[in-house]
Amino acid sequence: MSWILKRIITAIFMVWLVTTIIFFLIRLMPGNPMDYMLMQLISMRSMSVEDATKLVQSYFGFNPKEPLLVQYINYFKGLLSGNLGQSILFPGTPVGQLLGQSVPWTVFVVGISLIISFALGIYLGTSIAYARGSKFDNILSLFGSITNSIPNYIIAILLIYVLGGLLHIFPMRGAYGTSVTPGFNLEFILDVIYHSILPISSYVITSFGGWMLSMKGSTTSVLGEDYIMAAKAKGIPTKKIKNSYVRRNAILPLFTNLTLSIGFMLGGALFIETMFSYPGVGYYLSTSVSGRDYPLMQGCFLLITVAVILANLITDLTYSKLDPRIRIR
Amino acid sequence: METLLRSFSIIYKNKTAFVGFIILLLFIFMATIGPMLVPLETSAHPEEMFQPPSIKHILGTDYAGRDIFDEIIHGSRSVLIVGALSALISVSISVLIGIPSGFIGGFTDWILMRITDIFLTIPSLPLLVVLAAFIRIGNPLIMSLVLSLTSWPGLARAIRSQSLSLRERDFIEAARVSGLSSMRIVFSELLPNMASYIAISAIFAITQAVYAQVGLFFLGLAPFTSINWGVMLNFAVSQAGALYSSRSVSYLLSPIVCISLLQISSVLFVRALEEIFNPRLQR
Repeated sequence: MSWILKRIITAIFMVWLVTTIIFFLIRLMPGNPMDYMLMQLISMRSMSVEDATKLVQSYFGFNPKEPLLVQYINYFKGLLSGNLGQSILFPGTPVGQLLGQSVPWTVFVVGISLIISFALGIYLGTSIAYARGSKFDNILSLFGSITNSIPNYIIAILLIYVLGGLLHIFPMRGAYGTSVTPGFNLEFILDVIYHSILPISSYVITSFGGWMLSMKGSTTSVLGEDYIMAAKAKGIPTKKIKNSYVRRNAILPLFTNLTLSIGFMLGGALFIETMFSYPGVGYYLSTSVSGRDYPLMQGCFLLITVAVILANLITDLTYSKLDPRIRIR
Repeated sequence: METLLRSFSIIYKNKTAFVGFIILLLFIFMATIGPMLVPLETSAHPEEMFQPPSIKHILGTDYAGRDIFDEIIHGSRSVLIVGALSALISVSISVLIGIPSGFIGGFTDWILMRITDIFLTIPSLPLLVVLAAFIRIGNPLIMSLVLSLTSWPGLARAIRSQSLSLRERDFIEAARVSGLSSMRIVFSELLPNMASYIAISAIFAITQAVYAQVGLFFLGLAPFTSINWGVMLNFAVSQAGALYSSRSVSYLLSPIVCISLLQISSVLFVRALEEIFNPRLQR
């Protein structure tokens, strides 16, 4: 019980630390975005200092002229009440609203990609571990290492170029076309799936190899365990051993990686989302960075980091349930 | 020298390791000597733009009439320099954190590992992108520093557990009994025993740095200061419209082929090395 409490406190501490670092990056860096924006408003648009301060305050959620500690407290008050400031690139839109719109897209595309590459990796990994040293193993392992080492944005650009630009089979960008009306209708849903095929493929092609190779390694080491030998000696059918003895034990170490990947999900497809202009969290993060939209950038980064911290916590808390052997701490 | 020859003969016997190694050598040759052999033409030649590959221009010319082959050669330099430099920095940090942590233990271990955990938690790619907004990552050194900031924690943990297990071995015990100082033990006993592991991790760190670096340039998230494969890709898509017209196929494909080949050969090489030095993986 006490280490559960300890883990929760650590997680809260991490969230506090990251938010604080971001605050000081925005507030104290030389030429920091707030001072820069104030200066620009005053000199370029000849605003009065008060008006400019008010405008900057509406963007960031705290007043740059107050003492630093007061700003810091107001910043936290804002965060706790869900106020992440206003976007600069999308004028008049609260950052929270933009994030709310973008999270489902990322969860949809990266979630499906993750499920497909994990399932594919587990299945193929066990198969090649059983066929160790065969031609099937050699070819698939080599193929897996090659696709796993090519950067995902390279696969994305090739897919966009060949299937989008040259052959016009798939759309090159966006989450849905302009001709459909967003809502719960079949046309829209089909269009969304149609648009998601290339981003999902880029993700799956470059990541299933990693899962496959670690599953192969994990399965191989489980196959050498005594309890497998015992099961064989008892005369349990091979198929049953494969499914309920080998696979279940071999998957365990990969589950940790899976839950961690779920945490990294929001930021994990940053390059792919940007390539396809797919309106997820990663796309908004890189758009906000190139457009110097600091409130939006801060919101995206906070959201991504908090998701990772939460996933870490959940991994730690559930792993001892999945594998009773590591309960002794 | 003898160990060098022996490692080379091991590499020679393993087919994938050898192929990967040769391709890597070619890339290193390209980045070090290449730029001296082919001068870079920076001025535009509008009359020669979008030339198809020919004897004069092996890979054709880009949207400003510059030779693509020259750009590939010169672009390799910054890609490899940043890759190697950030691997060096991140391996150094992880050795400096991991070895004391595992070897001394106690409070030192606790505090160093908490710091590592913090860096391990922050998602690296988003952090890189955010840092790119605050720091002008113009020169290769700053780029490498930023990249290694996010890549050292995992390795530091691995090195810690390696030194934790080595610490209990007999030969370390023997060295301690014979009165060697901790410094001597670390440098003459501990580090040599981890050398292969550290070398493998360094190559992995290079591939990570190349991935992140080229990606940042490609998506225009880092300022373009010198020619680089990522910058070429960015220009191919944004300036030359390579996705819509077939006349700049070569401009788009050349950096793609180079980046993929570099990554594939490093990974094949390093996986083969892993198999050689860690025989448990083989069966």
